[in-house]
Amino acid sequence: MADDADALLVERAREGDEDAFAQLVRRHGPSLLRVARAYVPTQAAAEDAVQETWLGVLRGLERFEGRSSFRTWLFRILVNRAKTRGVRESRSVPFAAVGSGDADEPAVDPSRFTADGAWTSLPPRWDLDPEAVARSHDLRRIVDEAIAKLPENQRVVITLRDLEGVDSETVRNVLDVSETNQRVLLHRARAKVRKALEEWIDA
Amino acid sequence: MSPLRLPWRRRAQPPGDLACQELVELVTDYLEGALPERDRARFEEHVSMCEGCAAYVEQLRQTLSVLGRLEPEDLSPEAERELLDAFRQWKREEQSDGPS
Ligand SMILES: [Zn+2]
Repeated sequence: MADDADALLVERAREGDEDAFAQLVRRHGPSLLRVARAYVPTQAAAEDAVQETWLGVLRGLERFEGRSSFRTWLFRILVNRAKTRGVRESRSVPFAAVGSGDADEPAVDPSRFTADGAWTSLPPRWDLDPEAVARSHDLRRIVDEAIAKLPENQRVVITLRDLEGVDSETVRNVLDVSETNQRVLLHRARAKVRKALEEWIDA
Repeated sequence: MSPLRLPWRRRAQPPGDLACQELVELVTDYLEGALPERDRARFEEHVSMCEGCAAYVEQLRQTLSVLGRLEPEDLSPEAERELLDAFRQWKREEQSDGPS
């Protein structure tokens, strides 16, 4: 449905309809900004990357043929722009590096397990109300900080998959990362966000 | 290891060779549907019998549902204005190029 609406808006924007373009910007701008933020260290740099993306979209508008969804196409342009920018601001690391150097990155602190690998004490049952939680500034800060602290490739994958809800196939297309590596990155990122939530809940 | 391990004591960990510490590393593969059939069955069997792992998997599900509900921030009004300016300029250039 969203894709159909996008296709129509793109068509109108191509014909010079400013209102259609404004709608596309409002519809996708916030997501682009958030993904850009995964690559660059400041809000200003992220806004620049988003700006460049839309300029790229305008220049390439004639070349969007609707083979992928508009959103996928946008993300692909953004990632290219943001990566270039991230490198320039010397934050980016090559994506292929899943972190073979830090292969020992357990999801849960080993001290939580016995020598046999059983829980020493059971993890508590959480009773988070996701709606209430989404409105909590405190929690938002905890999650934002946890994500900001991730290595770039983990941060990019969790942002696309879990924050933006992009499917793994699309992420594979956008990022040029194998399915296995994507899962490893996602696994490590999720484990760290869970841990941050745990510390917040326990406190 | 301990000579006190008595045969009638409830096992610290469910039957099967999957330890809790191993299971927590498989959660993403499980949720992604990437486990081979046999491992998937072992995983599910373990979780159905292990309170700790059931709680852990549930914690991760709740983590995902929190992440999925965080709305991105809007573009600043200045950024939006600049984009519309860029659009108008693109349009002028397109029109001055004329039909090819
Ligand atoms: Zn267990």
